[in-house]
Amino acid sequence: MSAILPPPQRIWWKQPIDKVEILWIAIAFVWCMVMFFMMPYWHVYGRQNLSSETYRVKPQLYAKAAQEMVDKFTVRTEESNKFPVVAPPAGSDVYLTARLWDWWPVLELERGKTYRLHLTSMDYQHGFSLQPENINIQVLPGYEHVVTIQPNRSGTYAIVCNEFCGIGHHKMVSRLYVK
Amino acid sequence: MASDAMFRTCPRTGLQFHKSAEPLIKLNAVAAVVMLLVGGTLALLITLTRWQAIHLIDADNFYLYLTAHGLDMLVIWIIFFEVAILYFCSSTLLRCRLATPRLAWLAFALMIIGTVTFNVAIFTGRATVMMTSYVPMPAHPAFYLGLILFAVGALIACFIFLGTLVVAKAEKTYEGSIPLVTFGAMTACIIAIFTIASGAIILIPTFLWSVGYIKHIDPAMYRVIWWAFGHSSQQINVSAHVAVWYAIAAIVFGATPMSERVSRTAFLLYICFLQLASAHHILSDPAVGTEWKVFNTSYAMYLAVLASMIHGLTVPGAIEVAQRKKGFTKGLFEWVRKAPWGNPVFSGMFISLMGFGFLGGISGVMMGTEQLNMLIHNTIYVPGHFHATVVIGTTLAFMSLTYFLLPVLFNREMILPGLAKWQPYIFGLGMGVFCLAMMGAGTLGVPRRHWDITFAGAALPYEYPGTALLMLAICGVSGVIAIIGGAIYIGITVGTLLFGRKLDEGTYTTQINPLRLPVQASLTGHGHAGFAAPGTFVFALVFLTAFVLYYFVNWKYLSTVWGLS
Repeated sequence: MSAILPPPQRIWWKQPIDKVEILWIAIAFVWCMVMFFMMPYWHVYGRQNLSSETYRVKPQLYAKAAQEMVDKFTVRTEESNKFPVVAPPAGSDVYLTARLWDWWPVLELERGKTYRLHLTSMDYQHGFSLQPENINIQVLPGYEHVVTIQPNRSGTYAIVCNEFCGIGHHKMVSRLYVK
Repeated sequence: MASDAMFRTCPRTGLQFHKSAEPLIKLNAVAAVVMLLVGGTLALLITLTRWQAIHLIDADNFYLYLTAHGLDMLVIWIIFFEVAILYFCSSTLLRCRLATPRLAWLAFALMIIGTVTFNVAIFTGRATVMMTSYVPMPAHPAFYLGLILFAVGALIACFIFLGTLVVAKAEKTYEGSIPLVTFGAMTACIIAIFTIASGAIILIPTFLWSVGYIKHIDPAMYRVIWWAFGHSSQQINVSAHVAVWYAIAAIVFGATPMSERVSRTAFLLYICFLQLASAHHILSDPAVGTEWKVFNTSYAMYLAVLASMIHGLTVPGAIEVAQRKKGFTKGLFEWVRKAPWGNPVFSGMFISLMGFGFLGGISGVMMGTEQLNMLIHNTIYVPGHFHATVVIGTTLAFMSLTYFLLPVLFNREMILPGLAKWQPYIFGLGMGVFCLAMMGAGTLGVPRRHWDITFAGAALPYEYPGTALLMLAICGVSGVIAIIGGAIYIGITVGTLLFGRKLDEGTYTTQINPLRLPVQASLTGHGHAGFAAPGTFVFALVFLTAFVLYYFVNWKYLSTVWGLS
């Protein structure tokens, strides 16, 4: 009689289903299959797929690799905070460190070239948010995530932290240049 | 045993209330509304701070209030109300005594103690870690302990619900199967048990870590298990508010489910697949594989999405069939036009359904798509999505149910009925604009949980486009409108309990009238062209069109960003 009373037919699973329901379930199911298909399809034909290449890492070892890159490829320093601006060669391993409350160092990349970007955190969890591209990746301490990136437009980008990381969170913002 | 249980028959609805269950349903509902008041006050401060032109409170307090707002609203308000719903759907709808009422008091006490404990930890500034409390950011042990106590209380309540179903079956208080609404509540209960177990698995070690017994909690593992708690708890809400939709359709229209088989199978899909869908919180994380992400969020999540799409058709469909039976058969939409739009029980439920489907549902699927998630992860789009599902969907559905319960359960005539008529519109539409503006700002890259997107004082600041600031201003205005709507709800509810005219509450007897129903034929032959609910089907197609278009717009946007592999 109604949804707050027991079903009128004792064997309710034998109740016939109306056409409108059958049709909608069929349409919705086909749409779900299309959405499922899009993800593997994009892995084969699309150009924006997040890598799952991850290593467990000790912060000291990561910091050492990052320091080596900075020593070799620093081209200038950022005026406001004296951070090194690093221009590593195309195709190389690029180390970006998230820590309370900055991204270190500042990177300068070339348009159309690919780089292996390494991401880790030295302390809490952080969020890599590249603006205005709006690419967002979680950064975890103890894990080194390697993402191959290919900048397709030149300009000055920002890296915003979008995972809450304490009281300095809203000042954790840095730059990335693409020539 | 059964003979000394006292029951009251509501003279207005014929519902029977067990004397020991009644104060428990009332108190859990009242505790829920009190927490809604706390959370709503914090909401006002938060929304006026993110509106950059006003920027009301300082950073320390902003993050502190945001932590409290998340937990008090998303967990405490909703779960207290859900416990009331569980007791109502078992004891009242089945006309059965509530199993172990003393334990139910213990559950209530634990939930209150837990709530107070973690709120004290937060408000004394020792647990500003956000609702998610991602390790290794530490909180005071009392924070985790409070959550654990609350969860234990909620778990006991779940088992009391299941126990009551057993009692009802044993004492034959109904014939055949349990009603669909109780079935939906049972779905919520089963998901709740899984959810609370996941919470315990991760929060107990984290508590031990905070007091120093465990050295290290792996951050990736924490996220995977925490989200089995954090996301699944929102699935309790979905099951509960879908059950409330069916209940309101039945109460207001006497609507019969179009097909018990379809609706119950859809609830079953929730049980089987919703939990796996929690994986969509991990889509932009390192440390888990691509196949894992795609499996859990496609096969698994889409079967749950399918279930929601089914309910989205069958609930209004049932209303349409009921309206057509009453003679509102002109054209496709006379049944909608002639619906009781001035009755807040109905209008709130219908806005809840629309907001949940169009805003919450579609945006949720975008976030749950592996590659598209990178455009959304941790932006303010995410709270835009879940305010649509949990605030328009769940909260508004619960508000509508309250308007029904005030005279029935609390035996008071609702005060200010003229204002109550407008409440769902003010709250629902304010919240709708709020969610859309948040999603808009998120699309422009504005982060969530962020005090100042102008980055004042930062060495290398970034300037967001002016549109982003405009979106946050719209959030502020519409957020305040929604909060006014919420305040009206609390005012009417509390005012009715204190000052509402007392209604005849009926007498307590030991007699129960078991539910025995005449067998009826299933529905056929209403509506147009052999379709039982053609108007609803047209609505569904409009929904699908919006869904498909927005889905591919996002892929188009993704194809323009940097190459990633």
